[in-house]
Amino acid sequence: MATTLADDLRPLHHPKTWIGKYVWSQDHKVIAVQYGVTAVGIGLVALVLSVLMRLQLGFPGSVPWIQPENYLQLVSMHGMIMVVYLLTALLLGGFGNYLIPLMVGARDMVFPYVNMLSYWVYLLSVIVLVAGFFVPGGATGAGWTLYPPQAITEGTPGYSWGIVSMLVSLAIFIIAFTMGGLNYVTTVLQARCKGMTLMRMPLSVWGIFTASIMGLLAFPALFVAAIMMLLDHLAGTSFFMPTLFSFGQTTDTVGGNPILFQHLFWFFGHPEVYIVALPAFGIVSDLISVHARRNIFGYRMMVWAIVIIGGLSFLVWAHHMYVSGMNPYFGFFFAISTLVIAIPTAIKVYNWLLTLWRGDIHLRVPMLFAIAFIFTFIHGGLTGLFLGNVSVDVPLSDTYFVVGHFHMVMGVSPVLVIFGAIYHWYPKMTGRMWNKTLGQMHFWFTFLGTYAIYMPMHYIGILGVPRRYFALGETAFIPDSVAIANAGITIAAIVVFLAQGLFFINMIWSLFRGPKADPNPWGAASLEWQTPDTPPVHGNWGPKLPTVYRWAYDYSVPRPERDFIPQNEPPA
Amino acid sequence: MSIFSRLSEKSWETPGNQGMADPEDYRPDAVTVGVYVYFGVATIIFTLMAAAYLVRQGMDTLMDHGIDGSDWAAMPEPLLLWINTGILAVSSLAFELARISARSGAAGRMETMTKLGGLLGLAFLVGQLILWRQFQAQGYFMAANPANAFFYLLSAAHGLHLAGGLYACGRTVGLMANGAEEARARRNVRLCAIYWHFFLVVWALLVALLVAT
Amino acid sequence: MPLAIVIAALVVGSVLFHLVSPWWQTPIASNWASIDSALDVTLWICGLAFVVLNLFLANAVWRYRHRPGHKAHYEPENAALEKRLTFWTGIGIIGMLAPGLAAWDKYVTVPEDAALVEAVGQQWQWSFRYPGPDGVLGAAGVMHITPENTLGLDPTDPFGRDDILVEAGDMHLPVDQPVKMVLRSKDVLHDFYVPEFRAKMDLVPGIVTYFWMTPTVAGDFEILCAELCGVGHHEMRGKVVVEDRAAFDAWQAEQITFGEVLAQASPASRYAMFATADVCIGTSNWSNP
Repeated sequence: MATTLADDLRPLHHPKTWIGKYVWSQDHKVIAVQYGVTAVGIGLVALVLSVLMRLQLGFPGSVPWIQPENYLQLVSMHGMIMVVYLLTALLLGGFGNYLIPLMVGARDMVFPYVNMLSYWVYLLSVIVLVAGFFVPGGATGAGWTLYPPQAITEGTPGYSWGIVSMLVSLAIFIIAFTMGGLNYVTTVLQARCKGMTLMRMPLSVWGIFTASIMGLLAFPALFVAAIMMLLDHLAGTSFFMPTLFSFGQTTDTVGGNPILFQHLFWFFGHPEVYIVALPAFGIVSDLISVHARRNIFGYRMMVWAIVIIGGLSFLVWAHHMYVSGMNPYFGFFFAISTLVIAIPTAIKVYNWLLTLWRGDIHLRVPMLFAIAFIFTFIHGGLTGLFLGNVSVDVPLSDTYFVVGHFHMVMGVSPVLVIFGAIYHWYPKMTGRMWNKTLGQMHFWFTFLGTYAIYMPMHYIGILGVPRRYFALGETAFIPDSVAIANAGITIAAIVVFLAQGLFFINMIWSLFRGPKADPNPWGAASLEWQTPDTPPVHGNWGPKLPTVYRWAYDYSVPRPERDFIPQNEPPA
Repeated sequence: MSIFSRLSEKSWETPGNQGMADPEDYRPDAVTVGVYVYFGVATIIFTLMAAAYLVRQGMDTLMDHGIDGSDWAAMPEPLLLWINTGILAVSSLAFELARISARSGAAGRMETMTKLGGLLGLAFLVGQLILWRQFQAQGYFMAANPANAFFYLLSAAHGLHLAGGLYACGRTVGLMANGAEEARARRNVRLCAIYWHFFLVVWALLVALLVAT
Repeated sequence: MPLAIVIAALVVGSVLFHLVSPWWQTPIASNWASIDSALDVTLWICGLAFVVLNLFLANAVWRYRHRPGHKAHYEPENAALEKRLTFWTGIGIIGMLAPGLAAWDKYVTVPEDAALVEAVGQQWQWSFRYPGPDGVLGAAGVMHITPENTLGLDPTDPFGRDDILVEAGDMHLPVDQPVKMVLRSKDVLHDFYVPEFRAKMDLVPGIVTYFWMTPTVAGDFEILCAELCGVGHHEMRGKVVVEDRAAFDAWQAEQITFGEVLAQASPASRYAMFATADVCIGTSNWSNP
């Protein structure tokens, strides 16, 4: 029987060539960077798409080639890329891969070969996705929700081939994710070093671990839905397709149920929100604790809240469907379950605030992002209560209120955490330090700029302006001031877009010219800062695995009077 | 320690040698954990497809969706379906015998039973292909009716999982030739057996779903 | 330090924005004031939480900023405090949920005396049907659609003969009369959305959906589509005219009934209409034996 101890002695796969080391690598840290770079790359594409969208909305007609069909393609691809190919891949494939083995004291993921395969299959899914832009008819314009029947009927852009590329790409992505997710979950369960009990794990690991389990259980719903829609489209089945009278033709399809797709989609789609949010929750907890020199307040509550949120999030999916035509009596159940999930989420917010309270707050760049996250997450979380509260959702659904809400809660908030996390772990990953001034400028533009973008959207939504409109046209209830707001939002979006240049300049310049970083510049107690080498080498820990004697949050302990005690330091 | 007491540990109060026991005592082998986690994924996949099956068939008329499922025409259950099911059951039985032999250390019988189980598994897949062709020949095309579409979809999903199992089984037989890998071979036989039982149960439930509707 | 000031300023700024913003709900024109008040309750509770939590955040960042000699306080947890916070959060949640669910209970309970009106969506226009004197909408479905029978009424259903058809025209409603809006789509998902009515609901092909409301203000209102339905989504507009009973009755008398459509149709097209009904009853397009 293979054991952790035996694994310790088992020689790692040590390639000699450059290609073996950095391309076909089985080292979790290299795979993490591959995931990260690919995800950020495709995310930049989605960012450009959003700027084009904003140009059309803020200054209609300013980009002459954007026609209604192009606009819908921009909307759809932007949404899907950001949610799945950027956020999910970066938080789990990137941070999950990098942090799990280092934080739990393992040499690598338990299945390094599968881990490598996971990245290459992910890359394939991205290529298939991008191919969608170039197939006849262009990318799909069905919205990221891909609702049938319109996703595969005439009248929607990309209904013939764009949707095929999207669905196939999603299926491939899910296979990649399943390979990765099995690795993350098994590594946490099985490969923790000596002394690393479950309740000694940093919250980052808890968040990523729970999100991985959720991903393993939620993505199958999207997989099944995608395969069934592909069959409807290509093999002529009628899973989701009722008889339609479309463009003068009655279709052959009979009796299919479009709402069935919506149930499957949101059975995936709602947990997906938390698949993105939980790693961010975990990571931000660690950032706040380290830079406030204080243990995370109520660690156990934080762990339980993560687990409870993960479990409950499978019981709330139909709150996206209050006005979908499903049985309206479902609304009672889903409104209650949705608002109940707010309680553990609120506890997390309280505990972040209470961690800062009586702390010793160092406002370094990662901490700026972490505190800004608390602000944007409070905003986005509270607006979610409007939409969850069934009858209040009726006037607000499919308006800009929804757009403002979900960008605040699962766009801006996780992205702020991602930036904070990159600034935080960059010295460990590269052995070099970034430029502080550029980092601060990047922070202020991003934080204030995104608030200027999304805050007004809520009010435009309460007014009733519907989303996914190419142009508002002459609409009696929409005053001219909305056009001014839209122009202002677009200008803010362009500023935020350009400000991201500061981040990339900083990261790339520092990689080569940054000052050499201390192995533990923030004085962090968790295990990843205690590696013998910076950046850690393949195998992470030198000849002997670490042993853990305490939890990850021994900051400012009164007796002995210490600023922090590393996890692997034996008790006196 | 129960999971609840482990999750309520006040870890800040207990710096020291907690959890230092030999890893064998409390951590199962990685591949075993991985397989069990995958069972969770497979359970969700098949549960969701079964739920979609029932909704599409018209169960949701009870829930006032207004679709009466009148286009549903159930598939027949030919003899071959039962023969295939029987083959899969015997295949699972052979793996169980291999597992028992692996535990008692009867290497020869373990190898024979693993090979037998694998071959029967292969026979099941061939039988399923013949069943598909038989249905096609009788005009039960995929696009013709949602009942047909679901049958092909469910049996394909199940068959692909078994094909993956056969690949793992083949690798395991390969390991048996290598004496140094005996421990891994024994573990893999155990996992193959569990995997086969799991997908036998899945198949039995799918057949029950087909028969009941 | 600037961060604490900026966060406090954002809180104040957000509240000011709320007070001076020119954008708020359209003047309500239906009975759904209960939805508006549920929204108001939610807004007050959430607004309070937003202000309190973020001012606490700004205060904490200010008060406990790093200074030489300053040291953090060590306190792993405080179960009593966390229980208290959980309790008050629960109270807040119940406070929001109660009016929300009460309004929803009304929303899903259609009054007995509601008049029926059907809205039919297609890419990208709205059509309407009224039940006529018998008060019953005849059976309909997309398989009955022919060039003359654009809404797909079943020509063999006697209840459909007196149905009043408004194809791609305006919808009229009598003021203060509860209406059950029955929704049907010919092709893809749409959503019947009049901001002033607050209510909305998806149109789902293959399924008949509904909601109800009572228009309370006479006037013209715009119907929009609120479910992405293809390239013409933003142009899928309609008009609803809410007027007094007399004007409504006069308007309705001018509209054409399905019976008249049948009577005026040429023999060939009438044959085509009935042929769709035969197809529906006789054979099916399943190819199973």
